[in-house]
Amino acid sequence: MNGQPRLALGPVLYYWSKEELLAFYERIVDTPVEIVYIGETVCSKRNLMRGDDWLALAGRLARAGKEVVLCSLALLEAESELKRLRRFCANGDYLVEANDMGAVQLLKGHPFVAGHSVNIYNERTLGLLARLGLKRWVMPVELGGETLAEMQRGRPEGVETEVFAYGRLPLAYSARCFTARAHNLPKDDCQYRCLDYPDGLTLSAQDDTRFLALNGIQTQSAHTYSLLSELERMRELGVDVVRISPQANHTERVIGIFDRCLRGELAARDGEAQLEPLMPVGACNGYWHGAAGMEGRARDAALSLA
Amino acid sequence: MELVCPAGNLPSLKAAVDNGADAVYFGFRDDTNARHFAGLNFGPEKMAEGIAYARRRGVRVFLALNTYPQPRGWPRWQQAVDEAARLGVDALIAADIGVLDYAAGRHQELNLHLSVQGSATNYEALRFYQEQFGVRRAVIPRVLSLSQVEHVVANSPVEIEVFGFGSLCVMVEGRCILSSYATGRSPNTYGACSPASHVEWRETPQGLETRLGGVLIERHRAGENAGYPTLCKGSFRVSGNTYHAIEEPTSLNTLEILPDLMRSGVVAIKIEGRQRSPVYVAQVARVWRAAIDACRRDPGHFRPRSEWMAELGKVSEGTQTTLGAYSRPWQ
Repeated sequence: MNGQPRLALGPVLYYWSKEELLAFYERIVDTPVEIVYIGETVCSKRNLMRGDDWLALAGRLARAGKEVVLCSLALLEAESELKRLRRFCANGDYLVEANDMGAVQLLKGHPFVAGHSVNIYNERTLGLLARLGLKRWVMPVELGGETLAEMQRGRPEGVETEVFAYGRLPLAYSARCFTARAHNLPKDDCQYRCLDYPDGLTLSAQDDTRFLALNGIQTQSAHTYSLLSELERMRELGVDVVRISPQANHTERVIGIFDRCLRGELAARDGEAQLEPLMPVGACNGYWHGAAGMEGRARDAALSLA
Repeated sequence: MELVCPAGNLPSLKAAVDNGADAVYFGFRDDTNARHFAGLNFGPEKMAEGIAYARRRGVRVFLALNTYPQPRGWPRWQQAVDEAARLGVDALIAADIGVLDYAAGRHQELNLHLSVQGSATNYEALRFYQEQFGVRRAVIPRVLSLSQVEHVVANSPVEIEVFGFGSLCVMVEGRCILSSYATGRSPNTYGACSPASHVEWRETPQGLETRLGGVLIERHRAGENAGYPTLCKGSFRVSGNTYHAIEEPTSLNTLEILPDLMRSGVVAIKIEGRQRSPVYVAQVARVWRAAIDACRRDPGHFRPRSEWMAELGKVSEGTQTTLGAYSRPWQ
């Protein structure tokens, strides 16, 4: 009875050159994602794309038939950042994804999206934000399928649910830039080293287990979160939007695999086998099963444990 | 400027009160607060006793209820809010929007503080919590530089409390899930970071290894002091180099910038460490009481005394301290 979830492309979390970024979105135009989130969510120093450039890109994608959402920074510290945010919030044409409560404050009274870095852990929070104009929420990434089921039962009328279903997981934000630190540089003189790591900089434990990915002030999982095998469950739970987070290579192929699985043209098991080699390190899905995020659980094994 | 000290149990509460705290903060014995550790925190009787002890000496009591309930856990948080109101605490420190909404609607007499776990780093966010719930004070995350703190205070509709001393969170509080990535338990969901239940100590030919959720956090050579394996303070490999890629084992200490914090209008200094001993609480409270009093008397000539710094150094993680994000070069 529930409709088919729609595919969304999350904002690019890395710092790519303007040429690479615009070329990437030209390729996205021809993919089956219906919703495209754009904008810088990690670091305000990443300025190869200016405000007008983002709006021009939004126009290009909208004319190509995509639903465009402008994204705000997750960590807002400086007045200059608030100034830029106010401009985005007042754009008048596109929905804005709030990734901080400061953005919610500026957007309230108008329709807005709450990103996964806004802490919505229970239906009372969801209800309050819905009264302020929330149209769609992206579930915080550490919450699993069981909590999602509970949240869906208490979901307010008119609010869509989106799940981060593919990508390196955003795990933390800091004042410190870890990419600059890896180069012995202070953040104020970072020399834009993030440009050298289009999928983030992988961090390993001393026994060489790949563990995290440094992406400027953001820390991500080294492994790629993938809920491809949970699409059927998400459909049952009435998830409206499934988010794919961009990576430097093969994003269009990832989108294609999700799309074919959603259409029933590709079995989840086969899709997973095709996805795995496209990931920078490997897959994980523990959060969905209420376990440590870095764990990778086969769906069958998880069911037998339940 | 108020000195707000941690109380993990009744002896620590008394130590804080007896050594100069203006306020103490504590939590219930469950996952409704961000120091959900075995053997820590207060049952109803000890809490009433602690409140009475503090009150008799004119010290205020704040209750931390600063984790994020999921739907199935909600009744526990709701009861905790009701209990806080019944106990008549001087402030409820909360982070979750649902909890704040319930507290503000049900118990209008409750004085609400926004926890550091609420991740409010800018005055627009502070306006949100003030307008929606009547929050009167906010504890701001340890990510702002000193000039950014000044700017927030100048534009904030609520009082600002900052961390002055203790274990250093490198990430924006309330938005760090590194711990649950490795163990399934985070401050938001479970009230603990790098929980002891998931720690392993292993003797190996390479030295003593500490692991969290199976992930190797640190390797200590023979004779080296082995610290607790907090995830963000481990030694990791990046591009072939092994180093403290996120942060070293170190504590925050802001004594040096106390006059600046005071001048900027920060109303309270928070001391971290509900998980620490009554001896720690007594030492740190004593030093900070003396420092705040000295700074108040003569802010222009305030210098942290070497014996204060030595005393604080002794109880610091890795026996070193930093100004953290307050200082731009740290960032």
